[in-house]
Amino acid sequence: MSAAVTEHALPEQQGQRQRNRGTTHAGDTAVEVTSHVLLIVWSVIVIVPFLWVLLSSFKTTREILGSPFSLPAHWQLDNYVNAWTDAGIGRFFFNTVIVVGASLFLVMLLGAMCAYVLARFTFPGRRLIYNSMLAGLTFPIFLVIVPLFFVLKNIGLINTFPGLILTYVAFALPFTVFFLHAFFKALPEDVYEAAIIDGASEWRAFFSIMLPMAGPGMASVAIFNFLGLWNQFLLPVALNTNQDHYVLTQGMASFASQAGYSVDFGALFAAVVMTVLPVLVVYLIFQRRLSGSVARGTFR
Amino acid sequence: MAAFLGLPLVIFVVFVVWPVLQALYYSMTDWSGFTPNMNFTGLDNYRKLAHDDIFLHAVRNNIELAIVVPLVTIVAALAIAVVVTVGGPSSGTIRGIRGAGAYRVVSFFPYAVPAIVIGLIWAQVYDPAAGLLNGVLTGLGLDRFENFAWLGEVSTAMPASMFVIIWASVGFYTVLFVAAIKGVPAEIYESARLDGAGRFRTSWSITLPLIRDNVQTAYIYIGILALDAFVYMQAMNSGGGPNNSTLTMSQYLLTTAFKKGQFGYATAMGVTLALITLAFAALVFLVNYLTGGHERRVRR
Repeated sequence: MSAAVTEHALPEQQGQRQRNRGTTHAGDTAVEVTSHVLLIVWSVIVIVPFLWVLLSSFKTTREILGSPFSLPAHWQLDNYVNAWTDAGIGRFFFNTVIVVGASLFLVMLLGAMCAYVLARFTFPGRRLIYNSMLAGLTFPIFLVIVPLFFVLKNIGLINTFPGLILTYVAFALPFTVFFLHAFFKALPEDVYEAAIIDGASEWRAFFSIMLPMAGPGMASVAIFNFLGLWNQFLLPVALNTNQDHYVLTQGMASFASQAGYSVDFGALFAAVVMTVLPVLVVYLIFQRRLSGSVARGTFR
Repeated sequence: MAAFLGLPLVIFVVFVVWPVLQALYYSMTDWSGFTPNMNFTGLDNYRKLAHDDIFLHAVRNNIELAIVVPLVTIVAALAIAVVVTVGGPSSGTIRGIRGAGAYRVVSFFPYAVPAIVIGLIWAQVYDPAAGLLNGVLTGLGLDRFENFAWLGEVSTAMPASMFVIIWASVGFYTVLFVAAIKGVPAEIYESARLDGAGRFRTSWSITLPLIRDNVQTAYIYIGILALDAFVYMQAMNSGGGPNNSTLTMSQYLLTTAFKKGQFGYATAMGVTLALITLAFAALVFLVNYLTGGHERRVRR
């Protein structure tokens, strides 16, 4: 009896499934076409300004002011030479690498340690620390910029790389802790317990077991931190006024205001290209790593 | 374990917490910054702010920014993130639409470019005579846009500036949401699909509630960016725009501090900006709570 019911029900269910599939396939196409059109329009809006800047960087200022679309009469690199010598992009680039590299290493290390303790241990004051970090996330830098200047001045670190690096670390810390906190919370408890039972110290459990397990989270946060610090503008403008120590963003701004007087638009476009190009290269390499780490995170 | 927490906390306290406390004190003085003397003036600076028409205008501009920019950015980023992760065909494994990776790479890219450079690029795109935008519009036969000053007209300066901030931000939040959506186990989507839920239904009832905390964090982040907006506005309209239509609190603060030397008064603006930021964050938390964020029981 029951076998007969099953036999009867089966083909019917299959038919039902087939019908469902038929309608959703039509829907699939409509949704896919709409999605592609919208995404392509958006991609064009994103890419075209960059291509236009690249084209303009080869034109003379007169050609730039003449027409936004005309091709340069001569594909010349004078603009790049001018920007390189006038704006000193190379030196600013080198300064930025030092400051951002050191800050990134420190903030990832300290942020991971801090997030780990806050996420996995209970102790008095834990919520207070976490909440003040959360508040630090929302404090605009403008609130503290004047006192910060005098704090650095009093400890003799104003206009120095160490001063700038420590400030970068302090202001990137809340973001790092906040996001890593979630990753450390999500890690399974039993692996940690097994490590401790096997005789690992807290330090070893952290550096050999927990930190590698949070790898995908670390990678994402590190990339966001790198870009955030690389693009930092207000802190160096206020705390790093020695022109020899300028970072790239500062250098660009000061060069743009210089160009405002002499109206050397060609060199301005070339400077923009030279600033964007290294970021584009680094970004394309990172992009693959980022999706890789995200994918690994999904399958863990 | 104490060292894990201690070192990051010392940096956080010295460079963030202590300057915040100092700022609260400076804001109640008539400090000029150039002399060691300052008189305690209580809430005088704040009373003056309440009657400062330019400051109030800047507050209005910032509030407009904090309403429009996060809303548009988050909706666009969520839409892109959903399409590139789970928007693919409704049969077979759960996946994004074809070419998803390429779209994500393109839309994230502006985030990698320093904000100051983005501002400089768009200032050129919006240029009345030689800019790309008017070139395209007049090319399409819209002659009234010949020499139209997008950043120089009261009616368009703010929307044009908002567009640039949104343009620069969408990609970052897309990547953030993509990572969050990929953290949702595929089985949840598969069972939703077996239950007959369509794409929009799945996005609204499954994806959104599950990544609700990420959306809340993103909303607060971009809101803070919009309440600051300093770098973009400085690059496009350093003077505050036509009739102060794009003047932000941050710009007015810096002018007051470094051009007028009124450090106490400027710090009071910083405190006000911080209070508005905190109020914004509290509002986002409240809305999330009232719309059911507290009922959710989610793994993670």
